Amino acid sequence: MRFMLLFSRQGKLRLQKWYTATAERDKKKMVRELMQVVLARKPKMCSFLEWRDLKIVYKRYASLYFCCAVEEHDNELITLEVIHRFVELLDKYFGSVCELDIIFNFEKAYFILDEFLMGGEIQDTSKKSVLKAIEQADLLQEEDESPRSVLEEMGLA
Amino acid sequence: MALKIVKGSIDRMFDKNLQDLVRGIRNHKEDEAKYISTCIDEIKQELKQDNIAVKANAVCKLTYLQMLGYDVSWAAFNIVEVMSSSKFTYKRIGYLAASQCFHEGTDVIMLTTNQIRKDLSSPNQYDTGVALTGLSCFVTPDLARDLANDIMTLMSHTKPYIRKKAVLIMYKVFLKYPESLRPAFPRLKEKLEDPDPGVQSAAVNVICELARRNPKNYLSLAPLFFKLMTSSTNNWVLIKIIKLFGALTPLEPRLGKKLIEPLTNLIHSTSAMSLLYECVNTVIAVLISLSSGMPNHSASIQLCVQKLRILIEDSDQNLKYLGLLAMSKILKTHPKSVQSHKDLILQCLDDKDESIRLRALDLLYGMVSKKNLMEIVKKLMLHVDKAEGTTYRDELLTKIIDICSQSNFQYITNFEWYISILVELTRLEGTRHGHLIASQMLDVAIRVKAIRGFAVAQMATLLDNAHLLTGNTQRNGICEVLYAAAWICGEFSEHLEDPMQTLEAMLRPKVATLPGHIQAVYVQNAAKLFATVLRKHDGETESQAAQETSQLLIDRLPLFVQSANLEVQERASCILQLVKYIQKLQQKNVEVAEEVTALFAGELNPVAPKAQKKVPIPEGLDLDAWINEPPSGSESEDEKPKAVFAKEEPKHSRSRHTEVDEKELARRREVRKQEQASNPFYIKASPSSQKVYDAPGVEHIPVVQIDLSVPLKVPGMPMSDQYLKLEEERRQKEKAERKKKEKKKKREKRGKERKADSGPESEEDITPAHQVDIVTEEMPENALPSDDDDKDPNDPHKALDIDLDKYVPHCRHLQFIHVLHIVMCRNEFFSKTEIYDFRRIQKKMLCSIETRLNQLSWFPVQKSSKHKKKKQKKEKEEKEKKKKKRHHHHHQHHGDAGGEDSVQNGTVEEEEPLPVSQSHSVSLKREVKVYDIQGNHQDESKVVVSVIFENKSDSFLKAMEFNVLDSLNSKLQRPEGAGAHDSLTVPFQLPPGVSNEARFVFSVQSIVMPQKLKGTLTFIVKSDESSTHEKLDFKLHFTCTSYLITTPCYSDAYAKLLESGDLKGSSLRLEGINMPFHHLLARICFHHHFSVVERIDSCASMYSRSIQGHHVCLLVKTSDQTVSIDAKCDEPSLLGNVLDEIKQTFSKC
Repeated sequence: MRFMLLFSRQGKLRLQKWYTATAERDKKKMVRELMQVVLARKPKMCSFLEWRDLKIVYKRYASLYFCCAVEEHDNELITLEVIHRFVELLDKYFGSVCELDIIFNFEKAYFILDEFLMGGEIQDTSKKSVLKAIEQADLLQEEDESPRSVLEEMGLA
Repeated sequence: MALKIVKGSIDRMFDKNLQDLVRGIRNHKEDEAKYISTCIDEIKQELKQDNIAVKANAVCKLTYLQMLGYDVSWAAFNIVEVMSSSKFTYKRIGYLAASQCFHEGTDVIMLTTNQIRKDLSSPNQYDTGVALTGLSCFVTPDLARDLANDIMTLMSHTKPYIRKKAVLIMYKVFLKYPESLRPAFPRLKEKLEDPDPGVQSAAVNVICELARRNPKNYLSLAPLFFKLMTSSTNNWVLIKIIKLFGALTPLEPRLGKKLIEPLTNLIHSTSAMSLLYECVNTVIAVLISLSSGMPNHSASIQLCVQKLRILIEDSDQNLKYLGLLAMSKILKTHPKSVQSHKDLILQCLDDKDESIRLRALDLLYGMVSKKNLMEIVKKLMLHVDKAEGTTYRDELLTKIIDICSQSNFQYITNFEWYISILVELTRLEGTRHGHLIASQMLDVAIRVKAIRGFAVAQMATLLDNAHLLTGNTQRNGICEVLYAAAWICGEFSEHLEDPMQTLEAMLRPKVATLPGHIQAVYVQNAAKLFATVLRKHDGETESQAAQETSQLLIDRLPLFVQSANLEVQERASCILQLVKYIQKLQQKNVEVAEEVTALFAGELNPVAPKAQKKVPIPEGLDLDAWINEPPSGSESEDEKPKAVFAKEEPKHSRSRHTEVDEKELARRREVRKQEQASNPFYIKASPSSQKVYDAPGVEHIPVVQIDLSVPLKVPGMPMSDQYLKLEEERRQKEKAERKKKEKKKKREKRGKERKADSGPESEEDITPAHQVDIVTEEMPENALPSDDDDKDPNDPHKALDIDLDKYVPHCRHLQFIHVLHIVMCRNEFFSKTEIYDFRRIQKKMLCSIETRLNQLSWFPVQKSSKHKKKKQKKEKEEKEKKKKKRHHHHHQHHGDAGGEDSVQNGTVEEEEPLPVSQSHSVSLKREVKVYDIQGNHQDESKVVVSVIFENKSDSFLKAMEFNVLDSLNSKLQRPEGAGAHDSLTVPFQLPPGVSNEARFVFSVQSIVMPQKLKGTLTFIVKSDESSTHEKLDFKLHFTCTSYLITTPCYSDAYAKLLESGDLKGSSLRLEGINMPFHHLLARICFHHHFSVVERIDSCASMYSRSIQGHHVCLLVKTSDQTVSIDAKCDEPSLLGNVLDEIKQTFSKC
């Protein structure tokens, strides 16, 4: 997989993950172009399209478009599955996820994505183990944070 | 202190966190940019604070802004700071920001090496995980090179969580640093059988990706994958494996045969569409690669087509789309099986989804036959009328033309029909493809001689109705058609019914509104028509018509003479003068027709598109040579650095030029003439060159008996439909006649079997309406063989084409595990950049330029790890000593041979492969790290060698003592008071499987010669039962390269340095170097610590500097497989040794 984008129906980018190093300018151009193409498609159209030398697989969940760019010989259906799995993971983690969850906790969404995919390849096919890894990392984070919150209270007092 | 904390906390309270920022942006919809710029100012303030929590928060916000498209590259260093926080919370944010913002050009990436290395070896698996994830996004060739070893170690980590990440990231590392593939591959292969399914699938993923790009190197893994495929139940893994097989089968057809069965089983049994689709795709690929015509495989094809039909019939648009996509793959090799589903595919043309319709169109391309072409095109024409969007309509148009013109108009039986279709297509509004239609018209009219009469008539009508096409400015694209129409009418004007009328149409004032290039064609062809008219009235004295024509031209042409387009203007004034002259002659009753016609005599034949490219370059013609001396201006600054290495180049052209004397020129002229004489495509001086075109094909063109049922003159616009009907009738008639004949024949020869007497007529039975001889395209006689370039040379995957089965006995650059490592960190390196506060960085992380120098191979490359654990433990114990001895022997051997002796080392290994994991001996990998903590240049004689001790045995190692036999030049620095031969105690012990690093300082006096130092490591091996004293000999190899420090140098400074004349030169030639130039440079940079100053095409200047301040300059040039290196240095013997070492590096590849 080359990259994954999440954007809203209004054409606002919500998440982007590039698995090959790309210059910032090219990224912007590609994102803009791709959003235009995908948003112009009608709801009844199929989820695949050929774009430049890549295959684009996208799917719309509520107001969000999940859009992946894969190479020519990649399997489109499994990419759809990847998208769906990612949505499921988000859903499990946030509890019936909505666009706002991703906007306000965008770093969490990235962490989940990073646990699920790495370098554009699926890391773990089991939902459970991905969620477990995220939970434990979060726990670790809380341990980190808890002593400071005491200090903060001190600061308040 | 407490106050500070309190203050920090209060500060934090007033900072915006990410949520505040997001909310703020949402609340400032109108002045978002302004709001964000104030936010960025705040963030800049926050980043200045010492509190890491504040910084992390700021970086987190920046990451969000980066996504919105704001430039945050200025904060790259702060991101590095947050990455290096010891707290996981911040580290995580830091790495996330880095993975989003860093790319290869980010200069602070080089500062992260040590931090990442630290995180990779962190006891906390989530630290490691976060570092791996981040690294996978921004890994650069430098990082890959420096960290490959660490990541490889992680592939055998105890936690599967780390293992799977390490395995996956290896793919990225391979791409950036292909040399790491060979040493890492055995371990990667092991992971295919990892007990953890996640790790296993990661390994499958990586190997599949590798194999897809360079399949031939992975054929040997086929049995293993076959086993996995038949045993695995994980669809994700299965899909990858099946894809891998798809890549392998073209190389090994036997594999394909074996695969068909399990794959068809899967197709039958699976319920997962993705897997089904993958299987079908692979079966198709397999069948394509197998030699066609195997009868027993038609069943598999049938199965695939059936399954695809189900997909296409599905209501899910996605499946429909993919079904059509896969169908088009089958079509290429098994068109018959697909053609039977024509109904279904035509149905898809009516689908709501445009992408599905386009797919169906692709399929139609391959499904046409002589029989159904007209019918299919008719259907497409209907769609053209219905299509609402121009893109889809244009697509339809190109498809119609593609379908009809494919393989040299193979399926067209009636060209009148085709011309009519083309003319109908000109009515399309706003199409961009006018030129496409035009080129088809030209193509058909030129190549199908029989059709010219009809074509000319149609084109004349088009010209007459040109106002319909040009009337609307929006339809500009289509006016290209007039270009073809005018040319056809002019060129084949002998077929024109009424040339005068057409001439009139071509000279209407409205024509002047057409694009210039079309007007030019109009003018030129008006002259041709003029010639035709004159000839027509030849012989009539005082022909009124001829004179009227001249007058018409004289009246109308001045309009074109005024054209702003130069081409039009020039042609028009030329022709105007010509006509005026003719008019004078006419008035004197002189016969002019013949002369005028001679102007346009000769026939133009179609030329193959590649013909020009394939004309062989005549011997002795150097297209790159200067015709005149190069202008002196070009010898400007760019070339200065080159010129310092004088000896060569710019003079060449001049000298070569003068060499060619008059005689030689005359001879060449003669040769050229001869060649032209035998070259039919060279236009010669004589105007009667028609003979040239007496190619065999042309003579055989029969005079066509045009079917009288087809009206030649179509009033107004032609309707292609009528041809369809006519064609059907004609076929019916033919069929009836054939049947009659057959019956006759049958009566005569009863027993003889006939193929198609009653069934649907087969392809061969349809005879074209016209006996059409299609003129083939011409090619130069001695055309060069086709030279289609195959692969993109810039494809990063190309570098990974490494034969992994081939055993490389001992290659320095591959065994990076055992490599001496020199790390240098000097102030002057940083001073050039001056962007960051480097004193602070230095405390945190050392390392800038890392390069390998040489290796100390204690251990042979492992060939395989199959022989393991078979032996009993006791045996092992007994053997251990023996092995040890042999091992020492081996090492000694290696030492004698001097580090470089690859073959001998290899042979020893062949005799006794030594599985490292079993051996009790201590596996050591050594690194030499040289750096200067003060960051100054005063200590130019100190070299710090950092040695990593790794215990690969099962026992505990302790009391390690390190000693080196000093030479006069290099001495190990011992603590004060110690004797000159005392050992240094290694300050740690090593439990099994643990590695640690110790540093030793050496003082070196002269650096101009390479040096080897012998040394010994003594240690106590402590196992449960016993403890023994062991010893291990080694050699430290200080190459001259190891005294070089990669130092950047600007080209102006470089030029100055070379001009100073203090440097002495030397040069080196390498033959048979078969690698891209940038690899070559990378290799020199990497192995010999050079940096590239400037690169122009296949020429590069490089610079390095020794620790004692010697300058070393290289000019590297390559042509074909030869590399020449001109070098300059203020110390000739140092230079000589460095060049020798470079030579050795390249002799190994």
